[in-house]
Amino acid sequence: MLPCHRETAGCLDVWSSPCPFLFIPADIISTVEFNPTGELLATGDKGGRVVVFQREQESKNQPHRRGEYNVYSTFQSHEPEFDYLKSLEIEEKINKIRWLPQQNAAYFLLSTNDKTVKLWKISERDKRPEGYNLKDEDGRIRDPSTITALRVPVLQPMDLMVEATPRRVFSNAHTYHINSISVNSDYETYMSTDDLRINLWNLEITNRSFNIVDIKPANMEELTEVITAAEFHPHQCNTFVYSSSKGTMRLCDMRASALCDNHSKFFEEPEDPSNRSFFSEIISSISDVKFSHSGRYLMTRDYLTVKVWDLNMESKPLETYQVHDYLRSKLCSLYENDCIFDKFECVWNGSDSVIMTGSYNNFFRMFDRNTKRDVTLEASRENSKPRAVLKPRKVCVGGKRRKDEISVDSLDFSKKILHTAWHPSENIIAVAATNNLYIFQDKVN
Amino acid sequence: MYSKGTKRKFSGSADTATDDKAMAASYSLQRQSLLDMSLIKLQLCHMLVEPNLCRSVLIANTVRQIQEEMTHDGSWQVVTEAFSSPSHGPSDRLVATEVLCRSPVLEQQGGGPKLYSVMGYNGCREEEVVTDKALCSVAVGDGAPALLLGTIGHCWDRAELRVAEVEAGVSEDSLSGSGDEEETRCREGTKLATGQVFGMFEIKNSPPGSDPALEELFSDVDASYYDLDTMLTGIQSTPKMGPYDLLDSLASSHGPTSNSTCRADLNELDHIMEIIVGS
Repeated sequence: MLPCHRETAGCLDVWSSPCPFLFIPADIISTVEFNPTGELLATGDKGGRVVVFQREQESKNQPHRRGEYNVYSTFQSHEPEFDYLKSLEIEEKINKIRWLPQQNAAYFLLSTNDKTVKLWKISERDKRPEGYNLKDEDGRIRDPSTITALRVPVLQPMDLMVEATPRRVFSNAHTYHINSISVNSDYETYMSTDDLRINLWNLEITNRSFNIVDIKPANMEELTEVITAAEFHPHQCNTFVYSSSKGTMRLCDMRASALCDNHSKFFEEPEDPSNRSFFSEIISSISDVKFSHSGRYLMTRDYLTVKVWDLNMESKPLETYQVHDYLRSKLCSLYENDCIFDKFECVWNGSDSVIMTGSYNNFFRMFDRNTKRDVTLEASRENSKPRAVLKPRKVCVGGKRRKDEISVDSLDFSKKILHTAWHPSENIIAVAATNNLYIFQDKVN
Repeated sequence: MYSKGTKRKFSGSADTATDDKAMAASYSLQRQSLLDMSLIKLQLCHMLVEPNLCRSVLIANTVRQIQEEMTHDGSWQVVTEAFSSPSHGPSDRLVATEVLCRSPVLEQQGGGPKLYSVMGYNGCREEEVVTDKALCSVAVGDGAPALLLGTIGHCWDRAELRVAEVEAGVSEDSLSGSGDEEETRCREGTKLATGQVFGMFEIKNSPPGSDPALEELFSDVDASYYDLDTMLTGIQSTPKMGPYDLLDSLASSHGPTSNSTCRADLNELDHIMEIIVGS
């Protein structure tokens, strides 16, 4: 793993795009995820499509051309469905993609929409058998009477073809909308989470799942809290965490009981009475929760902040970072136009020293946990000329606006960066801005 | 508190008492506006094919919070008494839960809520962020009541605009803030709507099935409508008349709104609603 923090230039400083931004014209990107080695990058969109990018092998002849990502495979993962019992349309939008660790030549990923999780196998084919006995080259069955000699089919090289096939379909287990999936470190099970329940699956078995968390009240009138995200611990296969709309997290141990309604740990920060308003609960709702790679820390994203928690301290977070505090005085407008319900995700870098999350106006923010420095960058076409370094941006809160600054009132709230991903070991990031995907890497390496 | 940061306009100490009173008045107006906005959002939720449960729960909690505070203030009683019907009883049940439980069929009794429920929600969602001097900061003076009504009238106006212009293919301008134009247009219409928004609380106070007239009216309604689970995950059976059917009928019978016809239009719409409910 490459260290991110350097003497001369911290990794917050120099980000550029190796090639012109990648433009996917079709649909709004709804999820982005690197595979465990970083060789592949998958995106899911609102139209149910998955596009997988592969990193070019670095050639010795052109060492300055760092590995670029090119399209590797595109497939339709989910189609729109109609639930006849409830007269409801089920959206095909891909909510989450999670890769499985690679165990053979093929790649496997889980993709999910609101109701159904699918396991996809992506494999390469670069050879083709030729010389069948019973059928001719066109595939037509030969008349057995015409066969006078036998031959052994030979594998001939062909143009590389990447095919994606659905290997498992996990359906009919969720009444509410699936918001998360997480693969267990045992590589045998995974969990799927909806607003009120979490189910545990075996990757091989599609007709049965186990319910491990259920917060649905007997009387739905008493419903005041929903599950917003969940994730397995990266190393302990019995531990997982789930977050709620009330800004709390619960760490659960599956060894304790079959139904993990009783948590082992309960993380909640006491409310700041001076900041209390009618919007306090809404902005405290956690939109994303991620374990650090080390498994020692948890990161949560709520509307205005990102917080890092120590697993051993439940009473308050270790660190709190302000993402866009200038929005605090605009909460009423943001409530009116529904922006206050936007669900931003957050990610760790490979060494857990830097965290990143998105904001509005196509801005995204990085926070260096060691130096306490932070930077705001913009994912836009103007800034993405090849190898041009991204310029830090600044939002002017009040008073005199400097030349390069942008005022809060000029921010474009329709341009939101909800989904980002960080390469597992290198300083390469993928940023989804509506229907454009940007890939940036730092120049220090 | 709802918001902070009032600047005193008058430096004189003699006006302290009046200032405090003015602040309190504008705070409760703002709180009211937030309550109305939340209720509108919840109702529009019902018409979406797949309501987002997290969002609905958060909005409902906000409504509950406001209602609790208003109950402590004593202002909640004032509100319910103002719009009480003869059969009014003390409303102990929190409104928020009732809103979550309410079936769209029952809403037709009060024309107000139904007005919002037939609107395409897309128009509201794509609105640009407005500089919310009006709603976020403390507004003192005459502007406030008009703003309050303007907020409620927002969605209604926008939907009418959509209906009228949909053939021309004119893309909606974002209605930036509640401009004066809107206020004058909607003042009367939305006063009516506000009353009806509160009016619907009274309907839920009587336990279902107690009123024989109501019973007869809804005798053919599937009882599973009242199951909240069903409500939140979608309507169990397709309604007789979808929201788009109603919009079409509105388009044919209404032209673009004007000052004088606003109230007339609403009355006509009420009439249409009664016909539909009666059928």
